Order: sequence, then C-alpha cells, then structure tokens
Amino acid sequence: MNNRALINRYVITLLFFVISAVVIVVTSLKRTKASYPEKFGIGRAASAAEISALDIDVRPDGKGLPVGSGDIAAGKLIYNTKCLACHGDGKKTEVKLPGEPLFVDYAEFKNNTAGQKADQSPKTIGTYWPYATTIFDYVRRAMPYNAPGSLSNQEVYHLTAYLLYRNHIISSGTVITEKSLPKIVMPAKEKYVEDDREGGTALK
Amino acid sequence: MKEENSENKLFTDRKISRRLLLGGAATAAVVLVQTSVGKMVQAAVPESVVPPLLTDSTSLTAADLIADPTRIPGRGPSVSGMPSSFENPQRIPSLTSSRTPLQDLYGTITPSALHFERHHGGIPVIDPQKYELVIHGMVDKPLVFSLADLKRFPSVTRTCFIECSGNFRSGKEEMSPQEICGLTSQSEWTGVMLSTLFREVGVREKASWFLAEGGDAAVMTRSIPVSKGWDDAMIAYAQNGEAVRPEQGYPARLLLPGWEGNTSVKWLRRIELSDQPYMTREETSKYTETVKGGKIRQFSFVMDARSIITFPSFPVQLERGYVEIRGIAWTGRGKIVKVEISVDAGRSWAPAELQGPVLDKAHTAFRYLWKWEGRETEIMSRAVDETGYVQPSYQELSAARESKGGYHFNPITKWRVERSGKVLLGA
Ligand code: HEC
Repeated sequence: MNNRALINRYVITLLFFVISAVVIVVTSLKRTKASYPEKFGIGRAASAAEISALDIDVRPDGKGLPVGSGDIAAGKLIYNTKCLACHGDGKKTEVKLPGEPLFVDYAEFKNNTAGQKADQSPKTIGTYWPYATTIFDYVRRAMPYNAPGSLSNQEVYHLTAYLLYRNHIISSGTVITEKSLPKIVMPAKEKYVEDDREGGTALK
Repeated sequence: MKEENSENKLFTDRKISRRLLLGGAATAAVVLVQTSVGKMVQAAVPESVVPPLLTDSTSLTAADLIADPTRIPGRGPSVSGMPSSFENPQRIPSLTSSRTPLQDLYGTITPSALHFERHHGGIPVIDPQKYELVIHGMVDKPLVFSLADLKRFPSVTRTCFIECSGNFRSGKEEMSPQEICGLTSQSEWTGVMLSTLFREVGVREKASWFLAEGGDAAVMTRSIPVSKGWDDAMIAYAQNGEAVRPEQGYPARLLLPGWEGNTSVKWLRRIELSDQPYMTREETSKYTETVKGGKIRQFSFVMDARSIITFPSFPVQLERGYVEIRGIAWTGRGKIVKVEISVDAGRSWAPAELQGPVLDKAHTAFRYLWKWEGRETEIMSRAVDETGYVQPSYQELSAARESKGGYHFNPITKWRVERSGKVLLGA
C-alpha cells in the first residue's frame, strides 16, 4: 500500500466519523421530546410556619395534640351551650336532631352496647370509637357544625373530657391531658379488624 | 377582524330605523341575534318573519315548539349549550347527598351535572388563583403547589367510577336504580399522577400512610396507604373535558380509582406523609362496617364488584315483545369479565354482552336481548370480575357478614316483572 492510498483511507475514515457526529448532533437537537426527569422543579418550598398553620391533625399516639388539659365540668358548660341543641342530652327525642347522639342515657340501650346487637344500638363514642384522640381531632376541625374551627384548644380539651365522661370512659373528677388522652383504651378498640377482602371466591 | 365586519354588515345593511328599534312599528320587532363570533347584535325584522326561536338565544323550551321546524330557521349558536328541555334527568338531593339518575342515562359516562354528591360540610367556594396544595411530613422537601403548578406537570386522563361505600338502599317495592344505588358515577378525569408529586417532594422510604385533607368546612381527612399513592392515585383538576365541578372538588381533588368514594378527598388542600394512620372520624366512626362475630371492619377501601339492571326497572311500564335488558357493572378490583342475566328468578343464568372497550375500575355497560311473553317473573344481573369474585345475593352477603346492610353492601338487585308490565324491586 502506498502512502497516498493510506492517506485516502484516513481521509475516508475521518469523513465517516465527522459525518456521523454531525448527524447525531443534528438529530438530538431536533428531538423535541424531553425524557422524564427525576424532578421537575415545579412548586415552591413550604415554610414551617405555613405547614403548622394547616397541620391540625392528631394521631392516636398523641402526635399533634397541643399541650393542655380538659375538665369535665367545664366541658359540660360548653357542651350545653354549643352542642346540645344538635346532639341532645342522651335522652330519646321526639324529633330527629341534626346531629347524631354522642352518648346515650336511656335504659333500653344500656345493655345493648359493645357489639351484642351491633345493628340496633346507636353507634356512639363509647360503643364504637376505637381511639379517644379522634374526638379531639374531629371536634377541633369540624364542630360545631354551624361554626367549624371556632373552638379554642382549651374548649376542645374540656369537651373531649365531657364526652368521655358521658360515655363512661372516664370517671368524674378525671382531668385529661395531652399525655393521658392517647393512653385511654376505648371499649370498641378490641372489635376493630383490618379489611381482609381480596376478591376471588371468598365472600367476606 | 374581517369576518366579524362582514357579519355585522349583514345586519346593518338592513338599515334599522330608530323607530323600529324603539318598537314603535307594529309590523316589526327587535330581536337580539347572536352572530357566529359571539357578538350580540340588534336586528329589526318584520313581525311576520320573526322566528320565535330567535327571541331567546339561551334557552329553548317546549313553548318554542313550532309545527314545522323545516319552515323557520332555528336558534343560532350560543356560548354554552343546555340539554334539550324535553329531557330532564335529575339527581335526588338530601341534606348531605344527591343521587345519580342511573335509569335515565346511556352508556357509561355520567354527565358532570348529574354526578352524585356526598359532602360532610357543604360545597366550599375556592378561588383557583389562591388554591394551594401542601405536601409535607415524611418527605425530603415539603412543597406547595398552585393550581397552575399542578397543570404544568405531565397530565394523565383516565375514565373510572367513583362510588360511595354507603350505596345500598332497600325496603320498598317502588324504588328506582337511582334510589337503590345512585351513589355511583363515572367520569373521564384529568390530572397529575400523585406518584409524580411524590417524586417531586421525595417521599421517604419509611412513609407508609398519608393523610389527605380537604379545604371544606368538614376539613375532611382520610388516611391512605402510600402504596396507593405510588400505584394509580391522581390529583384531578378536570372532569369530562372541563374543570372539575364545584361539588366534585373544584379546583382539585384526590382520585383513588376503585376505592370507596370518601377516600377521594375533594377540595384537596394538604397531604401529610406518615408512618401510621391517623384514625380520623371518617375511618373509625364512619366508613367502617360490622362484620361476622361482632367485629368492626376498618380500612375497607376497595369497592367489590356490582351490577344493576337499569332497564327495565322501576318505574318503567314494560311492554310485551323484545326487551333489551340494559345495565352497568363495575368493580374496584380491575375489570369486569362477565355479567350474567337471569330472567327466570335465578333458576338459570346466561351471559350478557359487554360493551367494549371494558376499562379498569370502570362502569361497564351490558345488554341482553329478552323476549317477554307477559308472564310474571324476576330478572336480575350478577357481575364477575377478573379476580373471580361473583356478586352475591342479598342472603349470601347478609349471612357472610352477619349484617343486614351498611357500608360495602353490593348484593344482586332483583326486579319483579308483574303480568301487568309493572316493574318493582324484588325482595
Ligand atoms: C348545627 C348542629 C350541630 C352543632 C351545634 C354541633 N354539631 Fe356535631 N354534628 C352535627 C352534624 C350534622 C354531624 C354529622 C356531620 C357529617 O355529616 O359528617 C355532627 C357530628 C359530630 C360528631 C361525630 C359523631 C359521630 O358519631 O361520628 C361529633 C363528635 C360532634 N358532632 C361533636 C360536636 C360537639 C362537641 C359540638 C359542640 C361544640 C357539636 N358537635 C355541635 C351537627 C352539629
């Protein structure tokens, strides 16, 4: 092979690479479809202050409970002025009230709780709720129905104590706190099971 | 704008005099006419040719009926249409819910205006400009998304049903499908996959649940396993081609295909990642059901397979001859694979035809041709889904649960056809 032939071969190979490189660059520039990134960089950082303004949930382990305590007698006063009109006082009523009973006093339901006749007995906090913390969370976020979010943490603590008392969960004189509320064992708790349906032929 | 000018010219060419415009002439009337570019123009035309349908360009009522619509030009185009005034399907509202008129619908999409409602604190009015969704908790980077932010992410469109898990009513013979199980509706939803947002905030590996919270007066909250978020959960901002309706969670809602409706939290304002459920009122006091042995079943998310014949059903008066039995079937566990029909009170069953394409976790239309000879009988449908689950009878379900009803009750609905052609809900 002479020198010229060798140079020709070099030039051809070089040309081949240059052309391929140009083709690759051009097609990649023309490609409009981006690949899916790990992050899009959309949205702004949430500040601690704005999170805590919204973060009102209370977990069964007590996370989210403000420091405080609730007193049954004080709760009764608040209940009677802000809740009783809709939820009643545990007595049977002629007309159906806007809110369901949160506790019941009357004899016909007395021995009819805790699952014996689950279909008939009214589901109240004492017979159906598995966690006491749910009372605080729900009343604070959604009640009274006509003015949700209007209660102070103090009022919610008092009301929680009163509702637990009227459901025979705590005895008179008990003061509840952010430490004791998560420890209360509700009567209905042991009845709770997790969903085990999974389709197929088993009917559950 | 050339087109607009030439349009206007058409009308101005008629040389409307002031007297005509003031209505002084008995021979003329002033009408508002909408041009095709949406501009309202006044035009005066002799009374004899005033088309009655042009007098009111927004609503067309039975009073506008004319003997021969081929002889008079009809109403022009409008900015937004309305259903024919001869059709009036309606939801049945109560204080806290309203039911879809299943027996009045065709196919599988529920018109947005007729989507069932269930809310716990009324429908909030939320300014889309001020709307924000906060995602925080067990994440690397808590973020706030505006509505515009949500719309910038890659979008997904899917058709699926939403059904309230408290969707079983009985107790009367005179009940329509709407009254029995009208708390199920289907839409084509568009939004962003929650998994996309999960990646954006960097959901930590230890996070196993998330709390979804609404911005309504109930500040609705539900705990959802994180796996559903990675699987097929969406944040939907559009429904059937338009923005989500206010009663469906405007401007954005969670959408958990196949799961009980309450978990698809509307007016979504916050998601908090956690390593345990929150045990909110809506997953303890409500949306739990008593089952065998006095137990209370919790976190029953998936909707079991169900079907209902929507025609013929109460209050239809059936006529002898060929009857196309029609209805819908659906399951939260994937696809409907079979719907069987019995026209002899459950003695024998035959497969109905399914309208394809059969979609995942979606209302599926079925039909079955029947010739009714006028004999008293009971007709019913039962759905089978891809897991092999067969929709049970009321008696079977009631025995399995030791319960008479409650959440997640999906029994076969029987229709008793009387000799007179009356169709009533069977026992
Ligand atoms: C205007 C009527 C009204 C008033 C006043 C009212 N509630 Fe309610 N309450 C309701 C309604 C209605 C519901 C059911 C809401 C729903 O549909 O989710 C309810 C639900 C509840 C529940 C949940 C019951 C259950 O078994 O799930 C609790 C607890 C409760 N209210 C506590 C209170 C307390 C405490 C007050 C006083 C601060 C109060 N409510 C004031 C109407 C009212």
